[in-house]
Amino acid sequence: MVNASDSRMIKDQVLDEKIFYVNRALLKQYADASGDHNPIHQDEEFAKSVGLPDVIAHGMLTLALVGKYVSDIAGGSANVLELGARFTKPVVVPVGSDVDLTVSATVSDVVDGKVSLSISATSAGVKVLGMAKAVIQL
Amino acid sequence: MISPESIGRTFPGTESITISQSEIDAFCAVVGETNTTVAPPTFSIRISLQQSEVILTSPEVGIKWDRLVHGDQKFDIKRPLKAGDVVTCSSTIESARIVAGNEIISVRSDISTADELLVSSWSTLVIRA
Repeated sequence: MVNASDSRMIKDQVLDEKIFYVNRALLKQYADASGDHNPIHQDEEFAKSVGLPDVIAHGMLTLALVGKYVSDIAGGSANVLELGARFTKPVVVPVGSDVDLTVSATVSDVVDGKVSLSISATSAGVKVLGMAKAVIQL
Repeated sequence: MISPESIGRTFPGTESITISQSEIDAFCAVVGETNTTVAPPTFSIRISLQQSEVILTSPEVGIKWDRLVHGDQKFDIKRPLKAGDVVTCSSTIESARIVAGNEIISVRSDISTADELLVSSWSTLVIRA
């Protein structure tokens, strides 16, 4: 992992990718931690009844994991100033499987110690977040 | 349908919330964060989504929460939340429009202590037809 404390970041620098794994247990844990108990993230029958292929991860769980990726680059959560993304495709989480969330980033700008990151997040090779960006303070 | 009078309005937070270490710990555990001295960047959704649900589903605004899909989300963190912070969370309905029969609403949530704005966040919520 490239860390803010041991490398000076420059524009267009590509940062190391990190793979998170998402399973049904993590969805339950996130539901409890966030207070979002929407059954599309827990109950397969319900998810299918509303036209989804299977249980899907909370978009905000995806963004929370991206937040961890960004925090690690920034040398801690306290150095993350901005974070945002569009939820373009669901992360589908079938029972019994660990689905990947693969996150990487490119430095898009460096101004006055503030580093802007352009972030990529995919699951099973499909881009799941659009316009994912962060600003960190070094 | 959202009440047209509510577009552009700011609704004050309905309750005073004290952030606990245990809720920060639980959120950190999900993402594998070991430094729990401050809340992770997206932690405030725990507060803002619940507070905006109360406001947006009130008869005054009239949004149907069970038809809702989260379109996008952005955080502007002035100072991360930490245990012991006593905060309120206001919601401002910045815009509302209809695309292909779906209502698309942009809501800003401001989480503040008595004298300091800590986190502003923007949610685009899609209410499916």
